[in-house]
Amino acid sequence: MAHRWKNDLSIADATPYAAYMNRRQIMAGAAGLIGATALGLGRATAQELVPNSWDEITSYNNYYEFGTEKQDPRRNAGRLTTSPWTIEVDGLVDNPGTYDLAELIGGLEVEERIYRFRCVEAWSMVIPWNGIELADILTRVGVQEGANYVAFETVMRPDEMPGLRYPVLDWPYREGLRLDEAMHPLTIMATGIYGRPIPNQNGAPIRLVVPWKYGFKSIKSISRITLTRDEPFASWNRANPREYGFYSNVNPEVDHPRWSQATERRVGAGLFAGRQPTLMFNGYEAEVASLYAGMDLTAYY
Amino acid sequence: MIVDLSRANAPLRRVPSSAIYVVSAFWAAWLFYLAATGGLGVEPIEALEHRYGLLALQMLIAVLAITPLRQFTGLSLLRFRRALGVSAFGFVLAHFLVWAILDVGTWDAIAADIIKRPYVTLGMAGFILLIPLALTSNDYALRRLGAIRWRRLHQLGYLATLFAAVHFIWLVKGLQFEPLIYTAILLFLLSLRLRSRKSRAA
Ligand code: HEM
Repeated sequence: MAHRWKNDLSIADATPYAAYMNRRQIMAGAAGLIGATALGLGRATAQELVPNSWDEITSYNNYYEFGTEKQDPRRNAGRLTTSPWTIEVDGLVDNPGTYDLAELIGGLEVEERIYRFRCVEAWSMVIPWNGIELADILTRVGVQEGANYVAFETVMRPDEMPGLRYPVLDWPYREGLRLDEAMHPLTIMATGIYGRPIPNQNGAPIRLVVPWKYGFKSIKSISRITLTRDEPFASWNRANPREYGFYSNVNPEVDHPRWSQATERRVGAGLFAGRQPTLMFNGYEAEVASLYAGMDLTAYY
Repeated sequence: MIVDLSRANAPLRRVPSSAIYVVSAFWAAWLFYLAATGGLGVEPIEALEHRYGLLALQMLIAVLAITPLRQFTGLSLLRFRRALGVSAFGFVLAHFLVWAILDVGTWDAIAADIIKRPYVTLGMAGFILLIPLALTSNDYALRRLGAIRWRRLHQLGYLATLFAAVHFIWLVKGLQFEPLIYTAILLFLLSLRLRSRKSRAA
């Protein structure tokens, strides 16, 4: 039942050219740094229009179970054993149980989805994922009457994840979606990038991708899926509810209390590229705005 | 004295303090070059901003450690203090300029961030406090102000560094140790200073 959504993000759409061209006024003055600026711009223009490279996507990650620096996950994630992999499915489902990964997703259609990816820290990439619509998986396990939310948990293996020694968050990492968000055709469970198996630092062997939400909602290395009646625990939301809402939809008009969300730094654009404007719902407004009709997005951020 | 390192003083006397300026300028330029050519990873703006900020904080703490270091080890780095302080200010300035020009980019956004974001406001307060210190780090200003007033002015260095350390705690996501460690070192140095002042007053 896949192909409910047609991938409309071609390479040329990665960033609208006009938005790129007028997004930035370079300040006069401070000559030392500016001198070199002219050199960088040409390079940035060309890069702006293509998905990020494999190297960019796999060397700049937030995956605190492997360390809080951006390079830590690539350095440390090699230790994670991803095969065999089981996922516990429980809560309000018809077929609860501990599934082998192949059993849970075998036979479901894997599609390529080129999505914008926007981190709450105001950087972004464009990533060519390979994945399965979450709706297909949920249909397979059978969602019961009364389920309103889907809760996810990242695997917790202190022997393989050095970052778990530090109480940065209340481990294991947990996230959640409203059922209609989870069933939306844009929401996928990714198993690959650029047609290759997804690397450990990006959330192997299977992770959530919700392209209209800040990146931390797209939980990695999932070992448990629970259908619940009530809004589930979400790690960042619980750690600091004022800064990280349960919804965390990308919204340039609602700032993070500590920084602006109006613009973003495009990873790979170089030292002199500056920021580009952030799009409402990360550019997926037409597809998902109706999910939040009537909701005050400044209250439900 | 806890350990005696005073034997290092004689060879160190042969190192000109201007070496600090040369190394700092070279280091700052090298980091900039790396950032511009991909050597600091795929998101160089943030990386360069962080590297300059961290070096600035480390050097400011080093400046404040020079006096206790002499008390506890006999190692005298007083000759290098001014150069280290001015170079630290140079890194703060570079940190600020990367943020303002390469990262935020427009006057409106710069002003909005300084006013609206408490951690930026604190960093800015630290930076502004350091400006008079940098401007008076020369013999002429020292003579004009007199030693007592000059020393009192330069005690602002503790406050500026404390602002910077809290700025660091505030900007990281979640509970992380690195900024807390710098803050702990700083508070330790500050307590030494207050204790020695009390014992002098007694
Ligand atoms: C006394 C002066 C200052 C010191 C010592 C200082 C130090 C630091 C340090 C250590 C970091 C974190 C680096 C890391 O994570 O590795 C940082 C980050 C940062 N500082 Fe400063 N800072 C100072 C002043 C300023 C000023 C004046 C501004 C802007 C007005 C500023 C803006 C920032 C920003 C935006 C970040 C990075 C936030 C992010 O991660 O996106 N800082 N600073």
